[in-house]
Amino acid sequence: MKNIWIIAKRELAGYFNSPVAYVFTVIFLLLMGFFTFMMGGFFRFREATLTSFFIWHPWLYMLLVPAVGMRLWSEERRQGTLELLFTMPINTAHAIAGKFFAGWIFLGIALLLTIPMPITVCYLGEPDLGPMITGYLGSFLMAGAYLAISGMTSACTRNQVISFITSLVICLFLVLAGYPPVTNLLLKWGAANRLVEFAAGISVMFHYESMQRGVLDLRDFVYFISLIVFALFTTNIVLKTYRA
Amino acid sequence: MIKAQDVQKWFGPNLVVDHVSFEVQSGEVLGFLGPNGAGKSTTMRMLTGYLPLSGGKIDIGGHDIESNPIAAKALFGYLPENAPAYNDMIVEDFLAFCAAIRGFSGDEKKIAVEKAIETCHLQKVRRQSIDTLSKGYRHRCCFAQAILHDPPILVLDEPTDGLDPNQKHEMRMLIREMGKSKAIIVSTHILEEVEAICSRVIIIDQGKLVFNGSPAELRARSADAGAVRVRIHNVPYADISSALGAIAGAGAVSKLSEDAQVVTVLVRRKEAKIVLAPTIKAVLDGKRWQFDELYTETGRLDEVFRTITSLDSAKEDKA
Repeated sequence: MKNIWIIAKRELAGYFNSPVAYVFTVIFLLLMGFFTFMMGGFFRFREATLTSFFIWHPWLYMLLVPAVGMRLWSEERRQGTLELLFTMPINTAHAIAGKFFAGWIFLGIALLLTIPMPITVCYLGEPDLGPMITGYLGSFLMAGAYLAISGMTSACTRNQVISFITSLVICLFLVLAGYPPVTNLLLKWGAANRLVEFAAGISVMFHYESMQRGVLDLRDFVYFISLIVFALFTTNIVLKTYRA
Repeated sequence: MIKAQDVQKWFGPNLVVDHVSFEVQSGEVLGFLGPNGAGKSTTMRMLTGYLPLSGGKIDIGGHDIESNPIAAKALFGYLPENAPAYNDMIVEDFLAFCAAIRGFSGDEKKIAVEKAIETCHLQKVRRQSIDTLSKGYRHRCCFAQAILHDPPILVLDEPTDGLDPNQKHEMRMLIREMGKSKAIIVSTHILEEVEAICSRVIIIDQGKLVFNGSPAELRARSADAGAVRVRIHNVPYADISSALGAIAGAGAVSKLSEDAQVVTVLVRRKEAKIVLAPTIKAVLDGKRWQFDELYTETGRLDEVFRTITSLDSAKEDKA
């Protein structure tokens, strides 16, 4: 456990020692504000909710999280430090967990910096706090899932561009799988109802939206956590086969 | 301390390391030689547990590197080829990170880092970011990481690569000093380095172990070893050649150089263990020939290296 923290600390310091952290945070916050107020019509709804804020998260994360995750392993491979790290007396799983948590903590910090949004809503009206809290929680879990996926694609290549694009496409699929155009298409192709349900079920949107509504369902937790665990596990296998 | 048995490595259809076995004891500095692409780095990566073995066994201080990697890895320090380090970190923090991973904390960690900085002369750059370091400093920074925890085993892949002559000398002194108490493996393709620091040499070529012995034994393999070089004044080469060629035990006589009245010849011996110099001196004295140089060659490492490592490839090319 100690090693996980040592590695996470180093990685986190790495984000803040390079421009990545600052560029990411500033762009994330700017885009968040822009989408919420300009595109989302926050004021037009005349509702004291964060719906027009949370609705953009899956799309913004799709672009920005791979930018954070793409360097996780490909940078280690490019610099050759992977050899250093894996010849030290640590468990590979600990290294993977440490790096993942560093990225997740960083995304969590960026998400926390959006706190003026709920404050604004509370100032303007009397919102229901439940959906806000579960919405944040869902957003954080989704960020973790995206991050684990981009960490996985990052382990596959030393090229950060390839890593970025691949994880973007995977995340895009996870978002779109539950969208009516996709599910309708599947139905039109004669897919069984169960299959369509399954496709919708693996969609991030399905679970994220239920959390936005303030529903705390264990299944949604299990979904996000298992997505993360699956991606981290795959990362481990990829890193092993890369060396074999 | 290090025991490699029948180690093999396949990369796809290519056998890169072919049944290599060797041992290194404490107090020994093993030179690991071979042409580029012979499998040196691959073997070192297997020794350090970075690459899995395709066959064979590696034992590090009593721990199998594959079944008990964490215990084995705690026993050595490793300087990989090209000295990788985290570019975005400053030297001090990088070393502190490595110390923390190796289980140091608090004052212990500070002392270990200070000691490594001092040993590797990194005081001047300790607060500098690693990507701004010169190649020499970068190399020493990575070396500092390897010796930080005072491991009983050191695995160094081309430790003097990229250093200037002074730094090279210092690094060799350091390795030799540490070699008194540690088991050290040094890969290199600089032959002078082998003589300067190694107590034993192994050579691999195309994945196969082709030599395992002391640097002196390696030298003795040279065709020139034991041959005698003489420089004689005012005697024609033909006379010298016939006189020295007639000596019992003498092999071919060849002319190395000839200008004005001075001829330098090399007399090879027919077989090892024959000592030619006294006989040759007696012949020269008997004939009252004037000479100002009489020298028994010890053999040239580069020549042996070339013969050992190119024979097989030449054979294969013909086949």
